[in-house]
Amino acid sequence: MNGAADLGGMMGFGPVVGEPEDEYFHADWERRALAITLAVGAVGAWSIDASRHAREGLPPAEYLSSTYYEIWIKALERLLLDAGLVEADELAQRRSLRPGVPVNRTLSTTAVPAVLAAGTRYDRPVDVPARFAVGDRVRSRNMHPTGHTRLPRYARGKVGIIERVHGAHVLPDTNAHGAGEHPQWLYAVLFEARELWGDTAEAGLTITIDAWESYLEPT
Amino acid sequence: MADDEGTAARVDALESILIEKGYVEPAALDAIVETYERDVGPRNGAKVVARSWTDPAYRKRLRHDATPAIAELGFSGRGGEHMVALENTPELHHLVVCTLCSCYPWPVLGLPPTWYKSPAYRSRAVIDPRGVLADFGVTLPDSTRIAVHDSTSEVRYLVVPMRPVGTEGWAEDQLAALVTRDSMIGTGLPSVR
Repeated sequence: MNGAADLGGMMGFGPVVGEPEDEYFHADWERRALAITLAVGAVGAWSIDASRHAREGLPPAEYLSSTYYEIWIKALERLLLDAGLVEADELAQRRSLRPGVPVNRTLSTTAVPAVLAAGTRYDRPVDVPARFAVGDRVRSRNMHPTGHTRLPRYARGKVGIIERVHGAHVLPDTNAHGAGEHPQWLYAVLFEARELWGDTAEAGLTITIDAWESYLEPT
Repeated sequence: MADDEGTAARVDALESILIEKGYVEPAALDAIVETYERDVGPRNGAKVVARSWTDPAYRKRLRHDATPAIAELGFSGRGGEHMVALENTPELHHLVVCTLCSCYPWPVLGLPPTWYKSPAYRSRAVIDPRGVLADFGVTLPDSTRIAVHDSTSEVRYLVVPMRPVGTEGWAEDQLAALVTRDSMIGTGLPSVR
């Protein structure tokens, strides 16, 4: 979707302000926001793609005026409601009004280090060969889906070169909507800055994105 | 953050609801925070970089397939299931961003800093990377090309900065201390202090 999260190339946000290495949180509630998001995510009621879509689906003005972990919390409430794990009256009254619904699994305290260190792989075996090879010229599709996609607006309808073949990965565009993993070949695609930003862009500057096969066509 | 107290109350309530319903264990929440405040952070990535500076065979493995090479040092998991290492050279400087959200190689760098997640960085890194570097006080020679990598998939990128001159014969842990978090994102350079 063409949401506020798709920020590449926007202007006017001011300078980037660095911060010390050991400064991970700026308030205790941010720690809790991270922890509950990861812990309840482990229940398995939604995918990483669904959670990204919930965040990018915030109305643009709200997205841009929320801090990072505020966006997480607003999206988490949406996901919990959609999954039927929490109901609207409970969020409104800020307390549990009924017992939890049965879930497939929960994250036990002892399992935390192992679960985080294991992660979840997103590559999948596929029985079709990759359509493109390193060095091939491709054009990214000019597409504007209303659902989730990982093709940024600034890189649509542009000519680039296949830089790397990553393997076949879960397709976020369907997985975000519970419509299946539909794994596709995933490529790193290199674009010249001038192709993306016009003649005033720096010569030699390149921008590489990762793009699923259906985002691309031969040229 | 004018409404920080309101948000804190909102998060607090949500946490209580999830605990009461049995979806999350309170101690598991603490364990998650501890993991990312204490155990998993940019010192992990610094070890990977220092090893690649001192061990040519390791460097080759890291270049060829970064995920198992990084796992050799004990770093793996969430947000780093599919790793790619990008080596800087005098001719080419890599810079990593996630314009769409905040994808970041957690097992080697930990949780992303606020600026990495900010609209200022996400919007400008792909169109004006030299301007972003200037915000960090970094100026590269005009002859150094910049390659920006927008993390749009579950593949995560670790920049391997150039080893500073004058560090010949240094031990691996001395070298690791020179490797800043920002140098592994591409917004900084290691330096001999």
